[in-house]
Formats: sequence, structure tokens, C-alpha cells
Amino acid sequence: MEPKVLTGEHFINGDIACAEGAIAAGCTFFGAYPITPATEVAERMSERLPDVCGIFIQMEDEIAAMTSILGAAWTGVKTMTATSGPGFSLMMETVGLAVVTETPCVVVNVQRGGPSTGLPTMGAQADMMQAKWGSHGDYEIIAIAPSSPQEMFDLTIEAFNLSEKYRVPVFIMSDEVVGHMSEKVLIPEAKEIKTVARIKPKGRKDQFKPYQPGENGVPPMPAIGDGYNVHVTGLTHDEQGYPVMSVDTQKDMMNRLLSKIRDNLDDIIRTEEYLLDDADIVIVSYGVSARTAFTAVDMARQMGIRVGLLRLITVWPFPEEMIRDLSKRVKGFVTVEINMGQISREVQRCAGANAPSYLVGHAGGTVITPDEVIHLIKEAF
Amino acid sequence: MKYWRAPLDTDEIAVVRGKVYIINDRCKGCGYCIEFCPREVLEFSKEFNIKGYHPPVVKSDGCLNCHYCELLCPEFAIYTVEAD
Amino acid sequence: MAKAKANQKVHPLEELIRTERLPHIWCSGCGVGTVFSACLAAIQETGIDHKKFSMVSGIGCSGRGAGYVKLDSFHTTHGRSIPFATGIKMANPSLNVIVFSGDGDLFAIGGNHFIHAARRNMDITVICINNFIYGMTGGQVAATTPHMDRSATTPYGNPEMPFNLPLMAYASGATYVARWTMIHSRDLTDSFVEAINHRGFSFIEVLSPCPINYGRRNKIKSLDMLKLFADNTIIKNNADPAELDIDFKKGVVLGKFVDIDKPTPDENYEKVCMMR
Ligand SMILES: Cc1ncc(C[n+]2csc(CCOP(=O)(O)OP(=O)(O)O)c2C)c(N)n1
Ligand code: SF4
Ligand SMILES: [Mg+2]
Repeated sequence: MEPKVLTGEHFINGDIACAEGAIAAGCTFFGAYPITPATEVAERMSERLPDVCGIFIQMEDEIAAMTSILGAAWTGVKTMTATSGPGFSLMMETVGLAVVTETPCVVVNVQRGGPSTGLPTMGAQADMMQAKWGSHGDYEIIAIAPSSPQEMFDLTIEAFNLSEKYRVPVFIMSDEVVGHMSEKVLIPEAKEIKTVARIKPKGRKDQFKPYQPGENGVPPMPAIGDGYNVHVTGLTHDEQGYPVMSVDTQKDMMNRLLSKIRDNLDDIIRTEEYLLDDADIVIVSYGVSARTAFTAVDMARQMGIRVGLLRLITVWPFPEEMIRDLSKRVKGFVTVEINMGQISREVQRCAGANAPSYLVGHAGGTVITPDEVIHLIKEAF
Repeated sequence: MKYWRAPLDTDEIAVVRGKVYIINDRCKGCGYCIEFCPREVLEFSKEFNIKGYHPPVVKSDGCLNCHYCELLCPEFAIYTVEAD
Repeated sequence: MAKAKANQKVHPLEELIRTERLPHIWCSGCGVGTVFSACLAAIQETGIDHKKFSMVSGIGCSGRGAGYVKLDSFHTTHGRSIPFATGIKMANPSLNVIVFSGDGDLFAIGGNHFIHAARRNMDITVICINNFIYGMTGGQVAATTPHMDRSATTPYGNPEMPFNLPLMAYASGATYVARWTMIHSRDLTDSFVEAINHRGFSFIEVLSPCPINYGRRNKIKSLDMLKLFADNTIIKNNADPAELDIDFKKGVVLGKFVDIDKPTPDENYEKVCMMR
């Protein structure tokens, strides 16, 4: 039996690192349905979970996989599923259920080219908007984009922590390239890994209101069997958790679901800046494309063009303020992403009339080269 | 457990008498209890309840505490207890 | 069934009902409340600590069950009560998980989950209220609507054939299978108790009237439907599941059809994976 945390240096791919991150974060339930290029996450979880008395179950489809992790989460455990585009689409109705019932869970999307079956074995970053808006209704979720196997490990732990803290589904928006790329991954000692435990309610059980906000606007969450007799529904509900079909209840519930994220942006959003201080041109990128962007920045600097990089580690909620602030002092933005313009639109929206926003995009199937970025910068600026 | 068949062998066992309790305002007037009471002790009330339905009333004292009305009622609006 | 004590001023199931939510949404004459009541009576009769129960429903009139039971209860999405229950059960096998939902929810949109949970012998109790129709959405045809019956979407009669649910459950691997109607409330309660105590996937189909959205279009008043349930049914335990098609003219077979012992996935997972 292997220990819970495989402390040491490993040469593993992003999918495996993600699974190890989940185990290190305390995940003990994983339900999934196989799909390229995310299968390795499931395979690794099936091998590793029994070591930590955790449950692996291969469900009959992604709807079931996503639903099973919500049921499991209500027994008090940390849960995850992993998929790619087609499965992500199937999960979307249940994502809404997770949001509205405030059920913590982590959903990994190792993105491949779409739409439909698309390019099963080739990468893309074209599900970014789906992560934000894929389920119906207004809502806020958290989405993180790892750029390396090391980050697949680190940010999976981060995803669990945020999910527990804010009781919200957290998406790990990886892609085929990062998922299948092998690199050195350093796994620290267990005691150095910070994990967040779910906040349980205290006080009188008969007076407990499951959706009365606690710290940060997030209600504490009991587990099935704790004796709170909670009712949990996907219908619009009041603080008691009971369905109330009214404009006011809808407004109150929505306000809290949105504000628990929107009021805590500083705590949630993570970005990395590279040579941004004196930059005239800002590249915005994330995930595998950020690797391209780093090289492009270096190339541009060698040519004497002052380019900097804002790497989005958290893509959702979107760092609007940062883009807005930057837009007031830079010449323009270049978003590098493997899609036909998704996050670049967000950049454009936030920059407004202050600075132009360009896209170096790609329909999917391969990474973007630094030359393409340089080419655009030269043409546009 | 077969309470509702008990009336058939009442001559062999001690006669159990029941008392019917009706929670008027829960009733939606489906009439199932009235129709299916093996002792026909219930009838529709002339009164309306808060929801505008006619709940049942006890018309005769033949209840044998078989609980069938209680089991059949979709509204948790009627139950029987052993009469003292 | 917990009998009320003399002079008891509350309904004997009061402790299991979210009384502050009454009246429930079910129409006058709807059978869902009766089946729900039998389910609560069964929970009480098992004597098991209520904290050890959880009820999961999908979407539909029947799916509102979870909203009225004073247990940890979950009203999920349409068709997905079984995978939700599967997650609960696998993550905490000490819980008794009851799925309470409708025919459309469990067998149309959720059919795939049903057959797979049965195949796994997932240790949950699935109660299906078969009212032959989609009640909540206004009476459209269901996978259980008899051939030629009318519905909001089969105005000329249903050209399709319905499922034989106990056969499907049996063929898929369910280890406890029964069918009752809502008026057989005592057998029903007994069956629920057996199903809860049964180790493995248990399935009970309960025929139930939807006077508003099925009865009305097919000219069957609610009391007449109940009389059909009483007069045109035959109790035949261990009947061949292949012969359980619903035809009130021939007589609908009720009873317990399957009750076998097989290991469950939570037990097997522990043996095969954890204690390897
Ligand atoms: C994904 C989705 N599709 C459709 C619906 C609409 N819908 C709500 S309930 C229902 C049918 C319910 O039928 P059944 O399970 O038989 O329950 P009943 O109301 O008859 O008890 C449908 C189609 C929905 N809520 N979600
Ligand atoms: S529509 Fe039918 S199933 Fe729904 S509550 Fe009314 S009678 Fe019952
Ligand atoms: Mg139905």
C-alpha cells in the first residue's frame, strides 16, 4: 500500500499529478466515465483510492458521474470527477445543481478539440466559456488553469481548498497537452500541504438553517447522518432549504450565491505576472498557452519591445479589476489561447475603449507557437 | 399486521374499538377514507374546511381501529387510536 | 406501523413529516401521498435510527417526496436520483438510502441509471410511483403509458408499448422486486420494510392514480381507478416477471417477484480493493 502523499520527486504526466493532488488534498470519492484525454486521472484514482479507504466508481455516463460526486459530498467527504469536452457537456445540468445546493466538488476538464467528438487526442482550450456559462441560469463558479504537471498537482489541492471554503464547484480547466505532458513533479511532505476542512454547523440541530450564511457568506455544511435533517433541493429555496417560488426568494438566494464569490475575489483570484511593471503590451494567457506566452515575452524583449505577461491561474472569476487597471496604462492586450476567442473577449470587455485587445487563437489540435504571438505583436503595434 | 382483515374474526378475539381523529384542515376531500372504510363509519361533512373541501366526519361508532383510513389517506389527515 | 396511542393528538407519522410544509403539492385524489405515507410508516416500523436514513428524489410530482420527509433529504435533477443515491451509499454504506420518484423520472430520462444500479446490486431501495403519465408537466405520455391510452402528447392514443418494470428490474439484476398498488397499503408497507432491510438493490413499483392528468384524459375517475386496483388485480408472489405486463382487463399481477441474496458493491469494493 502506498502512502496518502507520495512525497518526493516524480516524473509523471499532468493527469497522474492531478490524481495525486486530489489524494493529497483528502479526496476520498471519485466517480467518472472514461474519456480521452482524461482517462489517466480515473485510472490513477482507481489504483490509489483504496489506499486511503476512498471509493472509486466508474459510473454509466458523465451525468451519473457528476451526480454521484454530489451525493457522496453530502456524506461529508471530498469528491472529484474528471472528463473532457463531451462529458463536460453532459455534466452541465448537474453543475447547476452543485451550484445551487452549494455542494463542494472538483471537476477536472482535460480539454480536447471540439465541438462534438472533435479531436479526442488533441488539445484545445475551447471549453472556457462553457465552464463559466455551461449550465443554465446565472451563477459564479471557480475555474483554475494549470500550466504544468506540477501545477496539476498543486492547483488540484488548491481547487479542493477553494471548493470547501466557498461550497462551490471548482473546475480544473486543463488541456490534453498539460494532461499528457510528463515533467518533474515535486510532492512535498504531507505536513507541508495545506488542506481546508469543511466547516460543520454548531448549535441546536432543530433550529439549524442549512442555507443561513456563515463566514464569508458561506453556510456551514452538515453531513448526512449528523442529525440535522436537512432538505436540499435544486429549486429556488429559502434559508431553511425549502422551495419558495417567489421573486424575493430567488433574488435573495441568487445574491448570496453570487456575492459569496464576488465579495471574495482577492482571496480567490490567483495570477502570475512576468515583466509586467514596465510593459507596453500585455499578453494574457493561461494553461498550456501561457508556456508559449513566456517564450514570446522573452523573444519580444530581445527585440526591444516591452511585452509583459499576465498569466491567469484563476480564469473564473475573471480578474476584471486587473485588466481594467492595466488598460489605463498599456498600449494593448494580446490574449493567447487555443480557441477562436473566448477569454480574449473578456479582456476586450474589461479593457473597453482604454486599450485594444487582440487574439492569437487557434482552432485546436496543437499549441500556439511564440512566433505567431510575435508576428501579431509586430503587425498590431 | 393484517389489521384490516381483523373484523372478519371478531368473534374469536376480543373486540377492539377504535376512535377516529380527523385533522380537518389537512383534508383535500378525495373521499378515499369514506369509500374504503370496511365498517362504513365515515361520511362527508357538510362543513367546509379551510381549503374549501368537505372533510370526513364520523357518522357511526363502528370503528374497529383497523387503521385503513389512516394508511390510505394521502394527506396525513386521519388516524385512529384504540378507544379506551 | 407505529400505532397511535390512545388520545394521541397527533398523526402517528408526524415525527417524520415536515409538517410546516403542509399542505403538500399533490392534488386531491393523487396517490403519491398514500405511497409516501406507507414509506414513512415502513421507515418507522424498521425501528432503525432515523439519522441512518436518507431520501433522494428526482423531479416530478412523485419526486416531491423528499421535500416532505423529516430526514436528510435530496430533491435532485430530473432522472438523477439513483446516481445521487449511489454516491451517498458508496461513500457511507452505513446509511439506508431510499429513492422515491416517478415512472418518468426513473425509467425515461433516468432509465440508464436504473439498469446500472440494478446490475451493480447497489444497496438502495427504489420506490417508483407508476401513475402511467408525466403528472407534473401536465400529462404527457410516459414510458409506462398503456398502448392506446390518451395523454397530452398522444391525443389519438399512445402508439407505443409500455415497459414491464419488474421485468426490467429483474433482468438488470435487482435482488428484490415487488409490485403493489397504493390501495394495498398494508402489503405495500410490509414490502417497503422488507426492501429497506434487504441487502442489495430493491425495487418496488407502486401503481397509483393521477386523476388530474391521466384519469381525466382516459375517463377514469379516481375512485374508479382505485376500484380497478382492488378488483382487477391478482396477488401472485413469485410470478414470472415476463408475465407482468399491465393490462387491467386481464388482471394486473401484484406481489413479490424476486428476493434473492447477492453481495453488494460496497461489500465487494471493500473485499476486492481495500483489503486486497
Ligand atoms: C432535464 C429535464 N427535462 C424535463 C423536465 C420537465 N419535467 C419535470 S417532471 C417531468 C416528468 C415527471 O414524470 P414522473 O417522473 O412520472 O413524475 P410524476 O409527476 O408523474 O409523479 C418532466 C418531463 C425537467 N424538469 N428536467
Ligand atoms: S398531477 Fe397527478 S401525479 Fe401530480 S399531484 Fe396531481 S394527481 Fe398527483
Ligand atoms: Mg408519472
